[in-house]
Amino acid sequence: MTTTLTRRAPGTTPRGRPVTAPARARHRSLRRTAVAWLFLAPFLVVFLLYTAIPTVAALGFSLTDLHGADLRHPFAVDFTGLENYLRLFQDQTFLRDILNTAVFVAVGVPLTMGVGFALALALNSGIRRLRGLFRTVFFAPVVTNVVAAALIWQYAFNPSGTVNKVLGAVGFAGPNWLDDQHLAMPVVILLGVWRNFGTAMVLFLAGLQSIPQDVYEAAALDGAGKWRQLRHITLPLLLPTTLMVSVLLTVFYLQVFDEPYLLTNGGPLGSTESVALYTYHQFGVGEFGVSSAASFVTLVLVALVSVVQFRLLRPRA
Amino acid sequence: MTAVTASQNTDLTSHTATARSAVRPRPVARPLLYAALVLCALLTLLPFVWGIGGSLRSLDEIRSDPGALVPHHFTLDNFTRLFRTQGFGRFMVNSIVVAAMVVVGNIVAASAAGYALAKLEFAGRRLAFGAVMAAMMVPFTAVFVPQFVLTVDMGLADTLAGIALPSLAMPMSVFIMRQYASSIPDELLEAARIDGAGEFRIFFRIFLPLAGPAVATITIMSFLNSWNFFIWPLIVAQSTSSYTLPVGLAATSQAAAHVTDYGLMLAGAVVVMLPVLVLFLCLQRYFVQGIAGTGMR
Repeated sequence: MTTTLTRRAPGTTPRGRPVTAPARARHRSLRRTAVAWLFLAPFLVVFLLYTAIPTVAALGFSLTDLHGADLRHPFAVDFTGLENYLRLFQDQTFLRDILNTAVFVAVGVPLTMGVGFALALALNSGIRRLRGLFRTVFFAPVVTNVVAAALIWQYAFNPSGTVNKVLGAVGFAGPNWLDDQHLAMPVVILLGVWRNFGTAMVLFLAGLQSIPQDVYEAAALDGAGKWRQLRHITLPLLLPTTLMVSVLLTVFYLQVFDEPYLLTNGGPLGSTESVALYTYHQFGVGEFGVSSAASFVTLVLVALVSVVQFRLLRPRA
Repeated sequence: MTAVTASQNTDLTSHTATARSAVRPRPVARPLLYAALVLCALLTLLPFVWGIGGSLRSLDEIRSDPGALVPHHFTLDNFTRLFRTQGFGRFMVNSIVVAAMVVVGNIVAASAAGYALAKLEFAGRRLAFGAVMAAMMVPFTAVFVPQFVLTVDMGLADTLAGIALPSLAMPMSVFIMRQYASSIPDELLEAARIDGAGEFRIFFRIFLPLAGPAVATITIMSFLNSWNFFIWPLIVAQSTSSYTLPVGLAATSQAAAHVTDYGLMLAGAVVVMLPVLVLFLCLQRYFVQGIAGTGMR
C-alpha cells in the first residue's frame, strides 16, 4: 500500500505546501528505501567486489596481454583485441580440453541424474523402514571433502590398490587406472558422480513428494500400469525438477576442476584436462590474459546451456 | 562402474515398487527393493570404509599389502605423524578461523539482505534481487583471475582474510534468508510499525528472533562451503602458514605420493572429512533443507 501512495505522491503534493499525508508517506518510503539499501550493503559490497567487477574485468583482461608479472607494472599491459581468443581456438590443447569437458558433461550429467532419480524413486516408493538411514547414506558423499575423497580414490585405484585386488581375486589383471589414457577419465567421472548423485536424489525426492498421491490412485483405477504411471504422470509432473537438476549438473560439469586436478592434474597426456583446468594452468604460468579469455568462454557456455535447457525442457502449453 | 549397474537394477525394481505402493503394496517387490538399496548403500559407503580403514593401518602393513580391505592391526601412528610432522594443527586452526569469519559474515549479511528483499518495499528491489540471482549464476572459473588480482591489490594475498573475503556474503545464504523471511506474516511487522517502531528495531527485535531456523541453515551451509572450498584457498594461500586443511592435505599428499605413504594421506583425509560428516549426522535436516532449497552447495 505504501507503493500506491508513493506513486501518487509527486502529482498530489506541490512544492511548498505544508506537510500533507502523501508527503509524509513519500518521506517514509524514501526513508524505507534508504534503510533497505543499508540492509543490503554488506552483501552488495562483496557482490560488487567479487562478482560484478570481476566479471567485467575478466572480459577486459581477456582483451589484453596481461601477465602475472604485470601486476606491479600495470602500464606495461597492452590492449590486444581478440588475439587471445584467436590463440585459444588455434590451440590444440584448448580444443582437446573443450572436447574433454564435453565428455564430462555428456557422461557425467546423465549418469548422476540417472542414479539420483532411481534412488529417489526407490525411497519414495512407500517404504518406511530404514528410509531415513538410506537417505543419510546416499547424501553423505555430498558433504564429503573432495580432497579427502580424491585421496581415497587414488588409494583404491592405485595399481596394487583395493580395486585391482578385487579384480585379481576374480581373475582379472587390474590396469594402472589413473595412468591409462582411456581409463583415467571414467575414474575421474566416477568421483564426480559419487559426489553429486546425492544432490540430484534430494531434489528429485522433493519433486516426487510434491506430486499428489490421488493422481496415481485415479490412474490406477483407470487401469494404468506402473510404466504408464511413470511415463504419463511422474515424468511430466517432475519436469520442473528435472530441468533444475539438469541445469545444475551441467553447470557443475562444465566447470569441473577439483576432480581432475586432484586425481590426475589433467593427465595422462591431457586426457582428463577440463577447460577449467586449462584456465588454471594458464593462470599458473602467468598468462592472465589467455586464462581470462578461456574463463570467459566458460561463462558464455554456462549461459548458453542454461538458456538452451530452459527452452528444451519448458513444458509445452 | 559397479555403481552404475547396481543403480540400474534399483531403477527397475523401484518402478515396480512405486506403482504398486500407490495402490496396494505387493510383498514380493519389497525384499528386492531393499536388497538393491542395501547394495547401493554399501557401494556408496565403500570409499569411507577404505579411507578410515587405511588410515588405521601401519606404514609397513600398507607397503606390504596396499590393497587389503581390512587392517590386521589398528594403529593411530598415522595420525600422530600427521600432527607432529606435517603441520596439520596449523592447517586445522586456519580452516577453523576462515570458517568462523565466513559463518559470521554470512549470518550478518544474509539476514539483513534477505529481510530487506522479502519484507521491505523500496525502489530498486528487483534490481537487488537480480544481483543475488546473478551472483548465484556466475561460474567461479569465470572470475577467479580478477578476484586474485583484486586480492593482491588489497594486500590480502596469502592471508586468511583474503581466503575468507569472497565467501563472506554468499548469494545462497541471502536466498535462503529471503525465502524464509517471505514465510513470516507481514501483519507481525506491520503491527510493530503502527506502534511506531523503527525499521532497525523491527529487524532486531521482531524479525531476527523468528529467523532461527534460517540462521541455522545458513550457519551450516556456509560452514560446509568454507570447510570444503578448495580452489580459491589453493590460489590465495602461497605459504604453508596460510594453508587451509584441504590445501594442506593436497600438498602433503603430493609430497607423500612419491614415497607412497598412503597411511599418512588417508589419516589426513579422515581429519578433513570427519568433522563435517559428524556435523552432518547430527544436523542433517538443515543440510538437506539447505541443499534442496537452493540446489547448491
